[in-house]
Amino acid sequence: MDIYKYLRKEKLPHIWCPGCGHGTILNSFVRAFDKSGLNQDKTVVISGIGCSGRATGYLNFDSLHTTHGRAIAFATGVKMANPELNVIVMTGDGDGAAIGGNHLIHAARRNIDLTVILFNNQIYGMTGGQFSPMTPEGANATTAPYGNIDRNFDLCQLTKAAGATFTARGATFNPRQLTNIIKKALLHKGFSFVESFTQCPVRYGKLNQTADPVDMLKLQKQKTADIKKWLQFSDEEKEIIYPLGVLNEEINPENEYTFRYQKIIEKTLEKGVL
Amino acid sequence: MARSDKVQIENPDWCKKCGICVSVCPTDALKLGDKGIEIYNLDSCISCEQCSLICPDFVLKVVVNYD
Ligand SMILES: Cc1ncc(C[n+]2csc(CCOP(=O)(O)OP(=O)(O)O)c2C)c(N)n1
Repeated sequence: MDIYKYLRKEKLPHIWCPGCGHGTILNSFVRAFDKSGLNQDKTVVISGIGCSGRATGYLNFDSLHTTHGRAIAFATGVKMANPELNVIVMTGDGDGAAIGGNHLIHAARRNIDLTVILFNNQIYGMTGGQFSPMTPEGANATTAPYGNIDRNFDLCQLTKAAGATFTARGATFNPRQLTNIIKKALLHKGFSFVESFTQCPVRYGKLNQTADPVDMLKLQKQKTADIKKWLQFSDEEKEIIYPLGVLNEEINPENEYTFRYQKIIEKTLEKGVL
Repeated sequence: MARSDKVQIENPDWCKKCGICVSVCPTDALKLGDKGIEIYNLDSCISCEQCSLICPDFVLKVVVNYD
């Protein structure tokens, strides 16, 4: 597999810190894209602001690097204008779950055919380590020097409840599984949401005594389990361990937003409104 | 001619020396040098691809080798 044809080699090496997991997600993404068989020239990747937002700059696709939190809004516009395109959003936990949280739930509610990959490093990396809605309770951030008291979202459950027809979670310690998940998400017709845990050794790690990326990957492994195993866990274990894998998939292409919108266009044409 | 796929350092200049590849290699084929990642023992490489799949910097590639 030639993964380099999907990368803007002249833009590499990227700006991400040594050991940052964002590059692993990008690595899994290009492999997943290759395996999906989708057309590179019929694909648009769109990101917001943050370290995660830089992802689109390294990808050899048509791309949009948009404003903070608004990647899904831009993506909705692109998809509505040309439903033939594969539209992929790359976002962070701050970009996608804080400032852009509303766009996330409403795109899920509409079940519009986007693939959203959320890089969850549990912190605002780019701006120096403020807590996000995904910073674990008790963890330190520059804005929570005595430990974060906020509770988190479970983003997979949130998007599922809002209407997403595909939700999955991966982690950078297991890139084989992550690649597989992203491939399935790309091929799903409807709103697909993939959360990936990714280590941030420099911002999150240094504030939380885990500045070694290898240690952070080990911690990821300890705090997660494959969904098949997870389902056998006790309620107490389920509280502290995150399930990985495809968590929900509902196949009904006729329930997809641009499909339903096309029906309205046809109806109005029939009636001679347009 | 036996075929054995082996790891190759495709883009040495992109390595940031994070050491993740060394930690996931099951056969100690890689080591961190002063300038970046180096092959430590190519014979031991079993082409599992763990290193190239996890490398955040697109440095490593597993290529087909004929010997
Ligand atoms: C409207 C607006 N508000 C705030 C900022 C500052 N800002 C830039 S990146 C960022 C947070 C990014 O965090 P996250 O989405 O988790 O991405 P990461 O950098 O961790 O990958 C913030 C608050 C901005 N650029 N624009």
